[in-house]
Amino acid sequence: MNQTAPDDPDQFAILATALTRRFGTLTAVDHIELQVAYGEIFGLLGANGAGKSTMIKMLTTLLPPTSGSAQVGGFDIIKSPGEVRRRIGYVSQLLSADGALTGFENLLLSARLYGLHGSESRSRIDDALNFMGLADSAKKLVKTYSGGMIRRLELAQAMLHRPAILFLDEPTIGLDPVARHTVWDRLLDLRHSYGMTVLITTHDMEEAEMLCDSLAILHAGKISVIGKPAELRSGLGDEATMDDVFAHYAGGSIHESGTFSDVAKTRRTAQRLG
Amino acid sequence: MQRLVRETAAIVEVELIKLIRDPTELISRAIQPLLWLVVFGQVLAQVRGIHTGQMSYLAFITPGILAQSILFSSIFYGIAIIWERDLGVVHKLLVSPAWRASLVFGKAIAAGFRGIVQTVVIYLIALAMHVSIRLDPLAILAVASSVMLGSGIFATFSLIIACIVKTRERFMGIGQVLTMPMFFASNAIYPLDIMPDWLRVVARLNPLTYLIDALRGLVINGGASVYGFAADFTIMIGVFVVLLFIAVKLYPSLAE
Repeated sequence: MNQTAPDDPDQFAILATALTRRFGTLTAVDHIELQVAYGEIFGLLGANGAGKSTMIKMLTTLLPPTSGSAQVGGFDIIKSPGEVRRRIGYVSQLLSADGALTGFENLLLSARLYGLHGSESRSRIDDALNFMGLADSAKKLVKTYSGGMIRRLELAQAMLHRPAILFLDEPTIGLDPVARHTVWDRLLDLRHSYGMTVLITTHDMEEAEMLCDSLAILHAGKISVIGKPAELRSGLGDEATMDDVFAHYAGGSIHESGTFSDVAKTRRTAQRLG
Repeated sequence: MQRLVRETAAIVEVELIKLIRDPTELISRAIQPLLWLVVFGQVLAQVRGIHTGQMSYLAFITPGILAQSILFSSIFYGIAIIWERDLGVVHKLLVSPAWRASLVFGKAIAAGFRGIVQTVVIYLIALAMHVSIRLDPLAILAVASSVMLGSGIFATFSLIIACIVKTRERFMGIGQVLTMPMFFASNAIYPLDIMPDWLRVVARLNPLTYLIDALRGLVINGGASVYGFAADFTIMIGVFVVLLFIAVKLYPSLAE
């Protein structure tokens, strides 16, 4: 909000201009302006239904915007979706690893869809397995994995092609605290080792404070505030916690929100994670 | 082109691995054709109410039941697609730079391989019942191609329906409503010339009719295609290409 208009769009990993998506009469994302610098971990926060997932779907080319535009990795999401896809990795809120395949087979499929083959594909897969601490489980079926392992496998799949920008939709939803911390460690390492830009959605305030360099809180399809976590807290007084920040900017209570389908979806993911 | 082949192969391979690891579906799919051939086929053969020319009634319906079993197993492919959507697999495939055509074509080919397995099962049943089956390599190759093509047509059709209805409940309803009429409005278990005129018109528009017509000439010794193989294959390939185009257009909407 207090950011100035960019002179050079290439300096941003993500640049959204008046990005808007309507579903019938509902405006899920309403003229959002967003700039995320390369190398940043950027958090997109908000209650269920605030527009986080719609935002991520548009930026990852899954959903065409109704109006406005965005550039991701320097390419327009509407005009050059193929170029955008080559430069991004995505881990959905749902558990998208295939339980009927082994960890290795899941990675091999990703590698092939991203045009990696031969020894390059093999070495990338080995790297990713080691990086995510899954080398010993590579030959096991994913349905025998724990929730944390599945998440790490999905991160491994998303990083195989060394994307410049990683999109993570609620990456630790339904995980126990230990598994959550492991995923956070891996994410911070990933940024450190490969300099990836990460855009993450969450409504977990601990996660937001722990991981994010900056964050934006969405409410009813608009950004109600953007800033660094510490700035946002101090803006509300000395005693303020991140929960206070969320409650203040996300429009009402942290606990009572979400449509039936949101809740059902979250439950389903949590259930599969066991 | 190389990219299309490589990406399609990746999708097909995954489907085949899964199929080999859990063949229960294939086994349960063998039960229905068994009933049609052993029970329905044998009983109606006694009645001799349906004139099938030189061919025995059992030989007449064998290609029909083969096509039916391809139709039934392929048409529920959409359920798997909806399942993949609920799991987020579709999203993962669609954020990759892989061509949408590869993703859709891969599914169609994988359905074709399932169809081949069905074919083997039905051949075994038919041979056990002394149906005179053509076993020359050329005929078998042509049957395999027809089965791949037919499976691809119905699986792609099913994918299109999945993209439109998007939920499993609605799909189940529509799947039931489509499969039985497609089966009965075809030459699967009776020839077109005993149909009332209106039904014959519907059957002539049904791609299943041309699949069965080709199979009748290719599977059975002394069997003949009414419309000619050239016409059958031209129609099937045409339908498949049109359906593929529609599916490629609609498939991305599953992730929205």
